[in-house]
Amino acid sequence: MTTTVERPAAAPPPPSGPSPASRVGTTLLRWWRSLTAMRTALVLLFLLAVASVPGSLLPQRSLSQSQVTRYFADHPDLAPVLDRFYLFDVFSSPWFAAIYLLLFLSLIGCVVPRAVEHARAVFAAPPPAPRHLHRLPDHRSLDSGLDGTATLDVVEEELRVRRFRVVRREGRYGPELSAEKGLLKETGNVVFHLALLALLLGLAGGKLWGYEGSILVTEGDRFCNTFQQYDNYSSGALVDAGEMSPLCVTLDDFKAEYEENLTAASFTADIQYGLAGSASRGTTIGVNSPLRFDGDRVYVTGHGYAPVFSVTFPNGDSFTDISAPFLPAETQTMSSEGALKLPDVPGSDEQLALQGLFAPTGSVQGGVLTSVDPRPLDPQVAVFVYEGYLGLDSGLPQNVYSLDQTQIDRGNLTRVGEANLKVGESTTLADGTVITFSGVKQFAAMQVSHDPGQVWVLVSAIAILVGLLGMLLLRRERVFARATAGPDGAGTVLVVGALTRGSADTAPRFTALTDDVAAALTRRARTEENPRT
Amino acid sequence: MINESLAATSDTLFSVAVGLYSLAVVAFCAELAFGGRTAPARELVAAGGGPAEQPVARPGGTADDEPARARRWGMVAMALTALGAVVQAGVLVTRGMATGRLPWGNMYEFGTAVVLVAVVVYLVLAVRTPSLRHIGIFVLAPVVLSMVGIGLFLYASAGPLVAALRSAWLAVHVTTAILGFGIFFVSGIASVMYLVRARYEAKVAAGEQPLSRIVHRLPGAAALDRTAHRTAVFGFPIWTFAVIAGAIWAESAWGRFWGWDPKETWAFIAWVVYAAYLHARTTAGWRGRPSAWINVVGLGVMIFNLLYVNMVSTGLHSYGGVN
Repeated sequence: MTTTVERPAAAPPPPSGPSPASRVGTTLLRWWRSLTAMRTALVLLFLLAVASVPGSLLPQRSLSQSQVTRYFADHPDLAPVLDRFYLFDVFSSPWFAAIYLLLFLSLIGCVVPRAVEHARAVFAAPPPAPRHLHRLPDHRSLDSGLDGTATLDVVEEELRVRRFRVVRREGRYGPELSAEKGLLKETGNVVFHLALLALLLGLAGGKLWGYEGSILVTEGDRFCNTFQQYDNYSSGALVDAGEMSPLCVTLDDFKAEYEENLTAASFTADIQYGLAGSASRGTTIGVNSPLRFDGDRVYVTGHGYAPVFSVTFPNGDSFTDISAPFLPAETQTMSSEGALKLPDVPGSDEQLALQGLFAPTGSVQGGVLTSVDPRPLDPQVAVFVYEGYLGLDSGLPQNVYSLDQTQIDRGNLTRVGEANLKVGESTTLADGTVITFSGVKQFAAMQVSHDPGQVWVLVSAIAILVGLLGMLLLRRERVFARATAGPDGAGTVLVVGALTRGSADTAPRFTALTDDVAAALTRRARTEENPRT
Repeated sequence: MINESLAATSDTLFSVAVGLYSLAVVAFCAELAFGGRTAPARELVAAGGGPAEQPVARPGGTADDEPARARRWGMVAMALTALGAVVQAGVLVTRGMATGRLPWGNMYEFGTAVVLVAVVVYLVLAVRTPSLRHIGIFVLAPVVLSMVGIGLFLYASAGPLVAALRSAWLAVHVTTAILGFGIFFVSGIASVMYLVRARYEAKVAAGEQPLSRIVHRLPGAAALDRTAHRTAVFGFPIWTFAVIAGAIWAESAWGRFWGWDPKETWAFIAWVVYAAYLHARTTAGWRGRPSAWINVVGLGVMIFNLLYVNMVSTGLHSYGGVN
C-alpha cells in the first residue's frame, strides 16, 4: 500500500549511463509521477485521516492547556515521549504538515493536467468514432431506407434535440458522427479539486495573518484590541501588532437568562464599540450573534460574577467598590472562586487580599457556603482575608484569580480573618479594617478574532460543494454513429454506440434514444417516398 | 413550558416503534425460514444435475425462485417496518410539539432521527428495487439494537435547548448531519452484505457447495455493491454540506470556523474516508472488496463519532444530555 510513497529508496544507478543531471531528472520525474498517482493521493488521504486521530484522543494544547498539564501529571513517564512526537500539538506538528503538503502537491499534480486536458476538450470536437461500435457497452444496429448522409442527418437531429454537441466526419468505414454531452461533469471534478486547493490556501492564510485574543471584562469596563490588554492571545506568524485595528469595546450590561429548569436560555451583552478616537455605537451581542466590525469579530464566550467590596482602613482611608472576577467552578450553579488583591494598603507596609468562594444564590449549611442557583437571587461570599506579602513583584508570573500558595506556605502571607457575607454585610479585622461585601457585577469572557482567510475558505467550500454535486450527479455521454451500405447494397445500416460515465442504468436511456431514431428514420423514409402527403 | 403529556406520548411511541421493528425482524426471519426450505432441496437437485444449474449462478437476485409463503412474510415484514417508521416519526413529532423546538437537541433525539432516516432509506430502496428487500433483516436487526441502545443509554427527558443550540443553524446543520448519517448507515450495511455475498459467490464460482441459505437469498454482489455506492454518492454531498454548515455555525458560536474540536476532527475523518471510498471505486486495484471495506470503516467512524466523542471525550459538542 505504501510502496509508492517509499519509492525514494530506488536501486543504485548503473555505473555507466546517462549524465548525472539527466539521471536526477529522470528520478525526480519518476517521484513526481508516483506522487501524483491516484493511488498515492488515496494513501495520503488515508494518512491524513489516521494522523488526525491522536489529535482527538489526546488532549491538545490548542484546545485546553490545562488538560495537557493534567495529562502530564497523570502520566509522567509517557507524556514527555508523546510530546516529543508532537502528539499534544498534532494539528501544528511537522509530520501533520508533511502529510498535507504532500497531499497538496499530489492534488496539484493530479488536477492541473486534468484541468488543462479538460479545457482543451471543451473547445475540441468530440473524438472520432471508434472502429468497432458494437464493442461499446451500449450499441444497436438499425436498418434505414435513406442514404448514409440522410440517415446521419436524422441521428444528428435527435441528438441536437437532446443538447448533444455533434460533429460529422467522413471516416474510413463510411460517414460517421460523434456526439458528446455532460462536459460539466468533468468541470465539476476540476472545480472540486481546485476549490480544495483554494480552501487549503485560505486556511493557511488565515493562520498566518489571523489572531485571537480573549479577556474578561466586568460590567462598566473597557478594553481595546491590543495584545497587551488580552489575558490570552495567539497570533499568526505574519501578524503585525501595529496594524491591528484599533477597536475598543465597553461592556455596559451583561444578562444571563434561564429556563424554569435552570437551562441557560440566553447570554447577552450590551456593548459600546468603535475605533479608538472616533464615536462609539451601541449594540447587543450574545451566543450565536457576535459583533462583526471592520474585519474583526467580538464574541461572548463565557460569563461569571465579580463580587464588589469596599474596604475601610483604620486610618480612615477607604477603597470603595473594588471588584475582581471570580471564575465559575461549576457552571450549573455558578459557584465561583477568585481572589481580590490589594497590594497598596494606605498607611501600612502589609498587603491585603481576599480569597474565597462566591455563590450567586447562597445557602450556608454547617458553616459551609454552597450555591443552589445560577441566578444572583441571594449573592453571598465566603472569604479568607490574608495579610502580608503577595509576591506580585517577585518576577514570577502568577495567577490573577488566586493567591500565590508558595507565599502562604512560606508564611509571608497569613490568614487574619474569615467571614461569610451577604450583600451589605461586613467583617472587621483585628486591626480595625472593615471589609464590606457591597454588591455584585457580572463579567463576560470576550474574544476578539481576526481571520482574513475565512471568506476565502467559505467561497472555496461552496465551490467544493457545487463541484461535488456536478461531479456526482451529472453524467457524461458520448454517442457515436456510423452509416454503412446494407449487405445487399440496398439501403443503409446504421450502427449507434454509446459510452456513459457517471451512471449505472444507461440501457433504458440508450434504448429510448435509438427507438426515437428508428421512428424518425421510418417517418423520414415515408416522407421521401410520398413528398406530397 | 414542556407539555408533559405529549412528552409521555412520545416515550410510549418509542416503545411501540421498537416493538414494531422487532416484529418486522421476526417476519423477516419467517421469510428466510420459508424461503430457505426450498433452497437446499433445489441445490441438492442442482448439484446432482451439474454445476451449470446452480440457482445462485443466476444474476440479479432471487425474487423469482421464492415461494409465495415467503413472499407473504416478506410483505408483512415490509408493512411492519413501514408502520414502525411512521410511529418513529411520531416519536419525534410529539417530542417537537412537547418542547416547542426541533426534536434533535440531544443524543437521544439525534440517534432516533438517524435510525428513522436509515429505515426510510431502506424502505425507499426496497420499494424501488424489490430484490433489495432481502437485506431487510440485516438493516432491521441493527435498527432494533440501536433503538434499544438509544432508549437505554442515551435517553434524555424532554427539555428546552441550551442557549448555544438556539440558532437557525440547528435546523440546517443537525438536520443534514442526521440525513447523512442515516444514509451512510444503510450504505455501510449494503457494503457488509456485499463482502459476505462476494465471498459466497467466489466460493460458488470455485465449485464449492453454497454454505448458507441466508446468503443465498441476498441480492447479487454486484447489486449490493451498486446500492452501497449509490447511497454513499447520495450521502456524501449531504455530509459535506453538514460539515460546511457546522463550520459556518461554529464561526458565529465559537469564534472560529474550524478548531479541531474532537467532533470536528472525526467529522473530517469520516469525510476523508468517504472521499477515499468514492475514489477507490474508480481506482484500478481498489474496486470491489477493498473499497467496500473502506465504506465499512466509514460507518465505524460515524458511529464512533456519535458515541465516543459525545460520551467519553470532552469537547464543544457536548450536548448529549447524558450524564
